Amino acid sequence: MKKTIQDLKVLRNKKLTSDFFELELKAAEPLPELYPGQFVQVLIDNVRNVFLRRPFSIHDVNYQQNTFSLLIKLAGPGTRQLSYTEEGDFLNIIYPLGKPFTLDVQGDILLVGGGCGIAPLLFLARYLYDNKNIAPDILIGGKSADNLPDIDKYKAFGRVFLTTEDGSLGMCGLVSDHTLLQKECQKYSMLYACGPEPMLKIIAGIAKEKLIECEVSLENLMACGIGACLCCVVDTVDGNVCTCTEGPVFNVKRLKFS
Amino acid sequence: MIDLSIKISGLRLKNPVMVASGTFGYGLEFADFVALSELGAIIVKGTTLEPRQGNPYPRMVETASGMLNAVGLQNKGIDYFIAEIYPNIKDFDTAIIVNVSGAKVEDYIKVAEKLNDLEKIPAIELNISCPNVKQGGMAFGTSCESAAEITGAIRKAYKKTLIVKLSPNVTNITEIAKAVEDAGADSVSLINTLLGMAIDAEKRKPLLSTVTGGLSGPCIKPVALRMVWQVAKAVKIPVIGMGGIMNATDAIEFILAGASAVQVGTANFIDPQVSVKIIDGIKDYMERHEFSSINDIVGNLIY
Repeated sequence: MKKTIQDLKVLRNKKLTSDFFELELKAAEPLPELYPGQFVQVLIDNVRNVFLRRPFSIHDVNYQQNTFSLLIKLAGPGTRQLSYTEEGDFLNIIYPLGKPFTLDVQGDILLVGGGCGIAPLLFLARYLYDNKNIAPDILIGGKSADNLPDIDKYKAFGRVFLTTEDGSLGMCGLVSDHTLLQKECQKYSMLYACGPEPMLKIIAGIAKEKLIECEVSLENLMACGIGACLCCVVDTVDGNVCTCTEGPVFNVKRLKFS
Repeated sequence: MIDLSIKISGLRLKNPVMVASGTFGYGLEFADFVALSELGAIIVKGTTLEPRQGNPYPRMVETASGMLNAVGLQNKGIDYFIAEIYPNIKDFDTAIIVNVSGAKVEDYIKVAEKLNDLEKIPAIELNISCPNVKQGGMAFGTSCESAAEITGAIRKAYKKTLIVKLSPNVTNITEIAKAVEDAGADSVSLINTLLGMAIDAEKRKPLLSTVTGGLSGPCIKPVALRMVWQVAKAVKIPVIGMGGIMNATDAIEFILAGASAVQVGTANFIDPQVSVKIIDGIKDYMERHEFSSINDIVGNLIY
C-alpha cells in the first residue's frame, strides 16, 4: 500500500464532549484505499513542546466526498492545538499507515472500545456492515455518559452496549466487566478491541481462555510511523516488532502480553 | 552550474546530504516519499554481528525541541542484512553506507570484513558512540586509547572508506577525533546523541525503560555545531556534521562550521521528504551567494 504525504483541508471541527472532538479532512484528489485499523500521522507545527507528529486511527471514511475523519481525545499540547483547528485550515498528513484489522470474517462479531480506543471502531463497524453483511455487537466504555462521544452513530451498524465507570449510562463498571465479555463471549467468532492496555490485556486473557480469535489495536508511543525509528516496538513471539508497520492491529496470540 | 558533489577520501558523493543511521531504516521505508537517488548517501541502520532485540518499550520520549531514544541497536545482524536487505538496496543510485556496531572489537572486525566483500557498499560508519547499549558502543568512543584501538583494528580489516562516528559525551571531542584520524580513519562524523534522561514527576518514574537515552533534534544543534567547528579545525580528514538539522539553513551552518557533508537524522521522522528539501535549499543558498562549488563553503566562516 503506497503511503502518501498530503496537505488535507479541514472541512469540520466538531466538539463532541468536554474532551473529544472530531476532525473531518478532505483530500484534493481521490482517497487511497483505506482500511479499518489503519492510522495517519498528523504534523502539528510551531507549537511549543510538540516536536513529533501525532498518530490517530482513521475514525470514518467517505469515499464519495474524498473525506475521512479523526476522533481525537484531548491528551496534551498536541491534541489541544488540533482542537483549535478551524474549517479551511490545512493539516499535513502521512497516510495510510499500518496494517488493518483482519476483515475476512464471518459469524457473530464483537467490537470493544474503551476511551479513545473507540476511534477505529466506527470505520470497522461500517466496513463489516457494508462489505461483509455483518451487524456486529459494539461494546463501548467510558468514564461517564458525558464523555462517550457520538455513540448514536454506531447504532446504524449493529447493537450498541455501553458501560460507564460512574454508572451514568449503561452498565456500571469497566468495559471488560460487561456480561458480553464475562459471560456471553463464547458466541463470537472474533473480538476486536482497542483501548487502554490493561483493558486489552483482560480481553486478550478472555479470548485466549475461551479460544476466540481476538485482535487488538495498540497505541504505542511512536516517532516516525513508517518503521524507521524502531521506537514503538511491542514484544511478540517474533521478538520486538514495530507497532506502526506490523500493527497497530495484532492478533493477541502474537503478543507477549504479561 | 552548481557543483554539489563532494569527496570523502575515495568516496565521491553527488551532494553533501546523507541521511543518518537509525533514522532512515534501509531507505526502503522512505521510497514512497523521496527519490532515493537524489540523496548524497544513505547510512543504514546500525548493524551488529548477531541479531539484537534492542531495549524494552518504552524507548522514546518527546522532549522540548527534540526526542530521547533508547532503541539499543535493534537489528537482525549482518548475515540477515547481507542475505535479505542488501539485494534490495544495492542498486539504489546513491551511496549505501553501513553503520557498524558491536560489543567487542572482534565483532566489529567480523562485520567490517563481511561488508568489505559487498561491492555496492563503498564505505562504513564505525559506531563507537551509541549511548544505549550496555557493552561496547559508546565505551569505545569515550577514550582516545580505545577509540584508536578499534579504529586501527578496523582499518586493517576494511579497505574502503572508513568513517568513524564520534560521541559528544566526552570532555574533549577533538582529542578523540585526532586519535581516530591517526589510527587511519578517512573521515569522522559527529555528533551522535547526547546522553539524557526524562522523568514523569507524577509517577516518580523514569520515562525510558533504560532510564537514560540519547537526545537528538534541534535542541542539540548548538552543541553539535560547536563540536563540528572544533573538530574541523583539529583534523585534516573530512568532517561529516550532524545534530538537529531540520532544514537547509541548519545544514549550511554545519558546512560553514567546517563540515564537508551533513547527515539529516531525527528530522526524517517528522518530514520524510526533508532530506531532498535540504538539497534543494542548499542549491538556492549557493545561487543567492554566488558559490559554484559546495567545497567553497566548507569552513568558510567569517569571523
